[in-house]
Amino acid sequence: MTDITATPAQAHAVDQAAPVVRVRSYWQTVGYRLRYDYMTLFFGSVVILIILSAIFAPLLAPMDPYESSLINRLKPMGYKDFLFGTDKLGRDILSRLLYGGRISLAMGIMPVLIATIVGGSLGVLAGFLGGKTNMAIMRTVDVFYAFPSILLAVAISGALGGGIFNGMASLTLVFIPPLCRVAETATSQVRNLDFVEAARATGAGTLSIIRVHILGNVLGPILIYSSSLVSVSILLASGLSFLGLGVTPPEPDWGLMLNTLRGAIYINPMVCAIPGVAILITSVCFNLVSDGLRSAMDVRM
Amino acid sequence: MSNGSSAPLVSVEDLNVKFVSRESTVNAVNDVNLTLDPGEVLCIIGESGSGKSVSMRALLRLLPERRTKITGALEVDGKDVLALKGKELSDFRGGLVSMIFQEPMTALDPVYSIGHQIAETVRRHEGCSMEKGLERALELLELVKVPSAERRLKAFPHELSGGLRQRAMIALALSCRPKLLLADEPTTALDATVQIQVLILLRKLQEEMGMGMIFVTHDLGVAAEIADRVAVMYAGRIVETGTVQEVLNSPRHPYTQGMLSSTVHGNMRGKDIEAIPGSPPDLRSLPTGCSFAPRCRIADDGCRAEVPAEVTLGPGRIARCFKLDETAAPKIREPMPA
Repeated sequence: MTDITATPAQAHAVDQAAPVVRVRSYWQTVGYRLRYDYMTLFFGSVVILIILSAIFAPLLAPMDPYESSLINRLKPMGYKDFLFGTDKLGRDILSRLLYGGRISLAMGIMPVLIATIVGGSLGVLAGFLGGKTNMAIMRTVDVFYAFPSILLAVAISGALGGGIFNGMASLTLVFIPPLCRVAETATSQVRNLDFVEAARATGAGTLSIIRVHILGNVLGPILIYSSSLVSVSILLASGLSFLGLGVTPPEPDWGLMLNTLRGAIYINPMVCAIPGVAILITSVCFNLVSDGLRSAMDVRM
Repeated sequence: MSNGSSAPLVSVEDLNVKFVSRESTVNAVNDVNLTLDPGEVLCIIGESGSGKSVSMRALLRLLPERRTKITGALEVDGKDVLALKGKELSDFRGGLVSMIFQEPMTALDPVYSIGHQIAETVRRHEGCSMEKGLERALELLELVKVPSAERRLKAFPHELSGGLRQRAMIALALSCRPKLLLADEPTTALDATVQIQVLILLRKLQEEMGMGMIFVTHDLGVAAEIADRVAVMYAGRIVETGTVQEVLNSPRHPYTQGMLSSTVHGNMRGKDIEAIPGSPPDLRSLPTGCSFAPRCRIADDGCRAEVPAEVTLGPGRIARCFKLDETAAPKIREPMPA
């Protein structure tokens, strides 16, 4: 048809003065920003350490977390081989902490992951389609929203009964509404922007608009929000276990450990606090890392 | 162009667009007839809400389907636009016809680089790999004279200036060699110096690639710069069509005349600019007769009773007015510099 190639030499002299742009791809930019964000790097490595220690618990744990001993009950920190002391059945706290991390982290991450997929898709669908679909999805979600999250988790867990799986299911249900709402808000903001119409004008179908343009703009906020929910989930899971609804003894779990050690708070307060400190450190780290990612992943900054 | 025959590239007959909602019906476009030959530039001029953009979006079927009623015959390159479905429609949009938007900041996706967005469109239409698409994107950026195109390929929209962004938008629109380019006020959001560069570029590309172009604007100066033919829209109707010289130098419709005399042109210092009294009619309830009648200085009862039909004044020169004899008198004013 026509010659589409033109030499760059023909470029307008007027535009030569245009500002110099950085040449980095998106992930390079994110990586570059993270490299100088020491806070995020530090807390990120703590998170990785915690996850690794949970994964390799069988190799790291000095003792069997289930083995009790009557003579070593409620020993203080640093007693003999027990670095963090023992609980009231004489089990090694450090080993239980490492093993407990597996369950606590799983309870923190899995429900958020599933809720992100389910709630995120529901929200994107509601936001993109609008109208009656939006009404149906969002009003249903609002019903769940009416309850405080811990109350909802307790109610669902209570109805389903204890156990890790039921605990996760109830937490998933708790996290779907807020994620759905975040996805819906972000999507309906993006849906009416010109570039969606521009994409349609260049022949993009509905599916490819959702996949490329909607998800591209919405995934960032959703992921950042869900990463901040991980710490909430760990806390809620611990709360459930504390109430006896999540994990059942003798399974080691941070919340459950906190609950059982609670009775010994006057005898051995330091040891009592250890599972709580683990929960605190983990959730603070997750929060700070998600904060750091939020600022690193925003291209418009 | 390869199709040889003198068949028009675009033909629009009796196009009506209505936006239907529970409360009211907005008659956005009424009985519009248009033709565009291959390689021709048609400028649609009109004030805000006169149905310029809506007509263009109807040509691409971009209007929300549920709330819009489109009637009439729309044909582009022999294809019935209103009958296109699914895959055909996707191929049509961007392949045969593409569109440049007014606001380059919002018309480009902020989370993807310029190159990625162009490559994505090329890939969609030509089914090639992303690498091929990126090569193509580089060629296109050079074509639209983006300096140091290779570096700009990886730039995000917010990292570019307004003019460069609009050039990238043009590159995106041209990515699949369309036969028809729709430009919806592409220079309105740019400042004056960049405006003229973009106009010259568009005109040049249009000539090189032999595209037909429909250019929507409310700026008469822009129209004079770029158009071969001009169509003036008022309240959803085309009130006057003709070549750019005919319409701008000897307008026949009272609206066009009023519009031209309300622009600033040479030696008028100290003199008030004429304005058209009143404001455009409400598109939800158009007056029964000529929609310009309430503001027209020569309208009479006949004008208010019936909508004037199209009167052919010459080849391709049409006006919708009952009083064309009166408006033919040469006005006492200097011609628009073309």
